[in-house]
Amino acid sequence: MEIFGIPSQALFGQLLIGLINGSFYALLSLGLAVIFGLLNIINFTHGAQYMLGAFVAYLGLQHLGMNYWVALVVTPIVVGATGVLIERTMLKQLYKLDHLYGLLLTFGLALIIQGLFRHEFGSSGMPYPVPEVFKGAINTGFMFLPKYRAWVIVASLVVCLATWYVIERTKLGAYLRAATENPSLVQSFGINVPRMITLTYGFGVGLAALAGVMAAPIYQVNPTMGADLIIVVFAVVVIGGMGSIMGAIVTGFGLGLIEGLTKVFYPEASSTVIFVIMAIVLLIKPAGLFGTQK
Amino acid sequence: MKRKLLTLAAAAACAFGGAAQAQISDNTVKIGVLNDMSGLYSDITGPGSLLAARMAVEDYVKATGSRLRIEVVGADHQNKPDVGSNIARQWFDTDKVDMIADVPTSSVGLAVAQIAREKGKLHVNSGSATSDLSGKACNANTIHWAYDTWMLANGTGKAIVRNGGNTWFFLTADYAFGHALERDTEAVVTKNGGRVVGKVRTPFPTQDFSSFLLQAQASKAKIIGLANAGGDTTNSIKQAAEFGITRGGQNLAGLLVFLPDVHSLGLNVAQGLMLTETFYWDLNDQTRAWSRRFAAANSGKMPSMVQAGVYSSVLHYLKAVEAAKTDDGTKVAEKMKELPTDDPLFGKGSVRADGRKIHPAYLFEVKKPSESKGPYDYYKLAATIPANEAFRPLSESECPLVKK
Repeated sequence: MEIFGIPSQALFGQLLIGLINGSFYALLSLGLAVIFGLLNIINFTHGAQYMLGAFVAYLGLQHLGMNYWVALVVTPIVVGATGVLIERTMLKQLYKLDHLYGLLLTFGLALIIQGLFRHEFGSSGMPYPVPEVFKGAINTGFMFLPKYRAWVIVASLVVCLATWYVIERTKLGAYLRAATENPSLVQSFGINVPRMITLTYGFGVGLAALAGVMAAPIYQVNPTMGADLIIVVFAVVVIGGMGSIMGAIVTGFGLGLIEGLTKVFYPEASSTVIFVIMAIVLLIKPAGLFGTQK
Repeated sequence: MKRKLLTLAAAAACAFGGAAQAQISDNTVKIGVLNDMSGLYSDITGPGSLLAARMAVEDYVKATGSRLRIEVVGADHQNKPDVGSNIARQWFDTDKVDMIADVPTSSVGLAVAQIAREKGKLHVNSGSATSDLSGKACNANTIHWAYDTWMLANGTGKAIVRNGGNTWFFLTADYAFGHALERDTEAVVTKNGGRVVGKVRTPFPTQDFSSFLLQAQASKAKIIGLANAGGDTTNSIKQAAEFGITRGGQNLAGLLVFLPDVHSLGLNVAQGLMLTETFYWDLNDQTRAWSRRFAAANSGKMPSMVQAGVYSSVLHYLKAVEAAKTDDGTKVAEKMKELPTDDPLFGKGSVRADGRKIHPAYLFEVKKPSESKGPYDYYKLAATIPANEAFRPLSESECPLVKK
């Protein structure tokens, strides 16, 4: 059977690949959406923090023998802690100012972090092995699916949905959302709002680092790996609607699929298709697909 | 009074420095190293190329006792033709640069070659791959130094087809370089009895190649030709291993693989890969001695073929400037073609009428981890392609400078 001249089996394979890339988009845009939704900061350091995640995993493996599973837990905490530091010392000063200041600060930080790593490690990147359990692949009948990539989809879905659940369905999430609407009111109930905000930023950064660890065995661990990705992820967040958690998840996976299809039907356009969609969405629904106009 | 003194000083300088100085614009030979200082090609070219140029100047002055005043500057073209063109124009017009060296990324290399022609300056390219630089886009002010797509196709492509790899699928970086490499390799494949069953143009640069690799897998071609470079190549090789492409009986042909790429991939993934280069640090005593000096100043990283090319081209350029007694771009280019080349890295060679530098090429196989003695001990020599066979013969050249 053929669909538009492509054998259906090949098409399924391509859709699955799209879904895998979508997992990374979803994980990264989720972190951005959490940070924007709750802190009103456009976190341009996100790509660099994703890269930091991959590097912490790589350096941990090289120098401390830290395996993939330990890295999966330790890395988000380490990188998240640097996020907390950034929030406490720098971002805190900017909440009262326009969005633009936060954007400029985080963008500058991203450039500095990337520059330092490039200086130290060069640009061609370092190899990170696939963990032993996930070596090899499953023959699904329509494609050869590397076990590691299957794991990426599952892990990313679980993390995304858990985050969504915590923020939208639990008491802690309710506090967080209330704190963004009216911080002084929430504070008057005896809740330490500044600490909550700091931890939220740390959590968002931790998500980026987690994506970085998951990406390390697939891509080279490379100082510019985040810079290439962050622009696409921003487009994903804009399409989904700034600050919408579910929007970020659904659009992340969805755009991964669309990009995957473009790679089959018109590969030359696969690096631009997401931006074309972004332009169309902004024209028709400026607040994004899942966003609400404030 | 002041002016008189200056004139006197200048006259004295002429008298002592020899008549040559009079022809050197602003008394300084200024070399600009223009390349990717920060992006995906910066390990192959980048600051290492700048270092190589400086080493060439130092070695030249030490060896000849030359009194030329030589200055080396560097800039980052970010792999963008518009950025590269702007820097080249500024260098030639206002910064008194006489020669631009290196320039990786074929689209930028072609643009700079045009500007050098327009301004009557000189461009000696060792970073770009497209064989058009000495082919249909050749000009009297451009010399193409280290390697090109014809040579790569002729080395790796031919060897693979002769070993039975007769059906090909190309993953091609979607810009001037990828197109040229694909075109030249396809010609070699067809000429040697092979067939191209498909190709896909991948945006430059690309992180995830899995979709394209699946298309290549579905094509059932025996060989997947990677007409890309740098990070694109390492990512596609790594991901091909992940998707079991090689275990499925298909083989990869890395059409342009540099030493830093192999270093970055690690031998576990890269072993067995066939590749063609014109320089490898471990070729002979001279290359080893120079490369160790280079690595010591380059945080332990061994030189790439492009960086070696920058060293060798700057050395020959300075010889030609001294011999021609001028730094006029067109005249120096003529002199560079007239003088035979000789340096410790590429050996004896020549520069042809079409601007193509001629030297031997080497077909290498990447070692198994068990065969390697440590970092950078990566290549086994499989074949040496002599200088007169390594590059496109003049008789096939489309270059207008070649009289037929």
